[in-house]
Amino acid sequence: MDELLKDFIAETREMLAAIGGEIVAWEAAPGDRARLDAIFRFVHTVKGNSGFFDLPRITALSHAAEDALAAVRSGARGADARLVSAVLAAIDRIGELVQALESGEAVASVDDEPLIQALASPAEAAASPAAPVAPQPHRAANVRTIRLPVDLLDRMMSGVSDLVLARNELSRRLREAGAGADVESCFDRVSGCIADLRDAVTRTRMQRIDQLFSALPRMVRDLCAETGKKVALVIDGGDVELDREMIEMIRDPLTHIVRNAVDHGIEPPEARRAAGKPEAGTLAVRACQAGNQILIDIADDGRGIDGERLVAQAMASGTLTAERAARLTPAQKIALIFEPGLSTAAEVTSLSGRGVGMDVVRANVERIGGLVDVDSRPGEGVTLTLRVPLTLTIIPALTVAAAGQSFALPRSAIEEIVRVKGGAARIERLGGARVVTLRGRRLPLVSLPDLVGGQGAAQEAQSLVVLRPAGGGTFALAVDAVHDHEELVVKPAAPLVMAAGLYAGTTIADDGRPVLLLDPPGLAGRARVTPAADEAEEAPEFAAEAARLQSWLLCRTLSGVRRLVPVSAVERIEDVPAEAVAATAGRLHVAVGDTLLPLEGCSEAPDHPLRLLRLTDGASEIAYVVAEVADIVSLAPEIVPAAGPGEALGVCRIGDEQAEVIDLHWLFARHAGKAGAPAEAPLCVLPDGDPFMETILRPLVESAGYRVVAPGDADAAKAEIVIVGSEEKAASAPSGARLLRLRSAAEPKGRKDDSIHRYDRAALLAALAREGRG
Amino acid sequence: MSRLLLIVTIAGERVAFPAAEIEAVVEIEGLTPVPGAAPHVAGLSALRSRVVTVIDSHASLGLPGGGRARDALLAVIDGHPYALLVDSVEDVVEAAGEPQPLRAAAAPGWARVAAGAVEAEGDLLLLVDLAAMVAGPALEAAA
Repeated sequence: MDELLKDFIAETREMLAAIGGEIVAWEAAPGDRARLDAIFRFVHTVKGNSGFFDLPRITALSHAAEDALAAVRSGARGADARLVSAVLAAIDRIGELVQALESGEAVASVDDEPLIQALASPAEAAASPAAPVAPQPHRAANVRTIRLPVDLLDRMMSGVSDLVLARNELSRRLREAGAGADVESCFDRVSGCIADLRDAVTRTRMQRIDQLFSALPRMVRDLCAETGKKVALVIDGGDVELDREMIEMIRDPLTHIVRNAVDHGIEPPEARRAAGKPEAGTLAVRACQAGNQILIDIADDGRGIDGERLVAQAMASGTLTAERAARLTPAQKIALIFEPGLSTAAEVTSLSGRGVGMDVVRANVERIGGLVDVDSRPGEGVTLTLRVPLTLTIIPALTVAAAGQSFALPRSAIEEIVRVKGGAARIERLGGARVVTLRGRRLPLVSLPDLVGGQGAAQEAQSLVVLRPAGGGTFALAVDAVHDHEELVVKPAAPLVMAAGLYAGTTIADDGRPVLLLDPPGLAGRARVTPAADEAEEAPEFAAEAARLQSWLLCRTLSGVRRLVPVSAVERIEDVPAEAVAATAGRLHVAVGDTLLPLEGCSEAPDHPLRLLRLTDGASEIAYVVAEVADIVSLAPEIVPAAGPGEALGVCRIGDEQAEVIDLHWLFARHAGKAGAPAEAPLCVLPDGDPFMETILRPLVESAGYRVVAPGDADAAKAEIVIVGSEEKAASAPSGARLLRLRSAAEPKGRKDDSIHRYDRAALLAALAREGRG
Repeated sequence: MSRLLLIVTIAGERVAFPAAEIEAVVEIEGLTPVPGAAPHVAGLSALRSRVVTVIDSHASLGLPGGGRARDALLAVIDGHPYALLVDSVEDVVEAAGEPQPLRAAAAPGWARVAAGAVEAEGDLLLLVDLAAMVAGPALEAAA
């Protein structure tokens, strides 16, 4: 019985989450039968289930709501605002009761009678004919799912992690013991299985971002009611998936941003009218996946952020000097919104003035390896963009040593790595404080060995890591040694560890020992470093050079050549087994995850595991093989051009050695056209549902540079070419588009037949090319 | 209802923990220090694939002589695994009756973690609050 009750609670909660958006949508369009039916179905199901469990309050509430909705369904009652509010209140109360049931708390003894009264229509009370109750439609069971407790998934995940660690250990032992080839191959097979298993388990932790978005319609509705504003919410990309832990981590920042947008961004209706805008503001929340990042845009069409007011506030609070203020660019002024204690809200309202500012939003997002960007157009609105990694658990990191211990640093905060011996850095002591001068740029120096209580003094530090943590304030961190770039599985640390204020989490290194992940803002705070003003302001004469500086990965290729690759083009570094590479379709391709990437950097399929750089030009991706990634360097290379076009753009000096600079343009040009056509490509309408059109013709059309849309698509009207089968009669093309008829018979039907045979490749391409040019 | 107790020795004192709160008794090998953390945080240790925060019970009680213990009680508090180092682990026994308030004044360190007195196998033992032991003196003072 307990199990059944748990299922009832879980099911009701799921339905509640899903129904929130429906109710708001229904209120906006009371005539929308589908919404009404969905809500009716919910209360009906709850009524039935609760009766079974003997939960009289839930039964009474859902019964009353069902009656009211049934009356609307039969047309006996209109869906007015009063009714919608009453239904909402009843559903909220059901939610509370279910919550109490789940947590085992005492159920709040509030009288439900007023809610039930509110649902009953006055007319109905005066004995109107009972509304016929529609039969309960059966819910289609089209998706096969099971419900699992989340901790079971977590246990699976940790079990797989154990397996990986055990495998690493076994691998080391096998190497030491020098096992035979048959044992090796058996071990490789086990290894492969474990890797597959880990992928699969990782995927089970992925959740649709809908989870996060489903609460927004209701929230926006309530905010509107509170502020008297009108806001239309547009949600897109709910099917994007990310790690469920990540979803939890961005819930608060997203909620806060949406609150802000409605509360401060979008103007009251009368102000909007005066500004010549539609009365109802638009708030668009969109999610999309870009590489191993998820982008979430929150765009409003409100009044925008007043940069000048922010500057005035920052100056008043003493965080900004007049001199600095005068040099801020408009974008920098807007970015002041992320400074602690600043806001453009003239007065603190009940909604947004809850102590969480944009500085907290930014700190929270950066804590999980993400970024927040803001873009504001005065009078037109604000767009905030959250960029977060797909999973919380794996972040690219640099491991360093200090005081005989290893630490990890999140790579997102690292600006450059400088070797002290190279002479590029000069360290000076000023009354105990240390300052490092790097190419004329002065940065405060924080000694990690000193901070972690070791005996190593900063003068003996081997390397400096220049960090640019959340909230600006670039500083240099002195470390004893820089070890390695690694993708680390990071776990949250216990509060006792976090209390040190230096760490962002923990991870386990290859040798099985725990390693602490350092928190750059915490380091700066702990060492009492005053955040330096922006570098461009500090040393204007070096700004030009700084702008030319770029971070490069210094790699060794398979042929042993040292080559520089811009870090900005590297999406991630990945290791793949030799079997992932195959010579297919006339060139080498490598299978990474579930995508296939063209492979560069070697001419034939290698017989050993590969390290890949996944390079992106923003639209397409290629994989580039390297033997090893040696270093990250920051430089503005003086490039001596190469003899001819090829993989190398030219040669430059790094210290005393030479390195080739990779020619990304050349590399991507070789694969241009292979990638998905960009959105601005000319459109071609292809009938859907026809296997020939879908599978055989479509690739040809796309390779000719078209973007293919279905006839029902909103963009179909903008198509330049419309392809139809010659058997179709009523086909017509929108103005400006040409109709291309394909016939299946080899010969034309008569002289008037201008159709093309569907397998006449040359004629097809010629027709497509003609359209493309026109 | 019977109550199982885990009897351990900390700083020469036999004390009891509610056995239900203890996930396992483990041996701690290889500590990664956590510079900057409270003194009773002995460090981090990897237990299978979990990173556990290791607590020096001597330091938590404000007593000297910690740092030699290797046996630890594994417990999960608020979702975070902790290992509390103890000098030795004796046995799991059944409590003879409900815990009673401790009427006598314990030494300051013990007073902070004492949850009462409990009788088992003819002896009266101090029942220790595991969470208070883990939280340590510093956090308690701040709270």
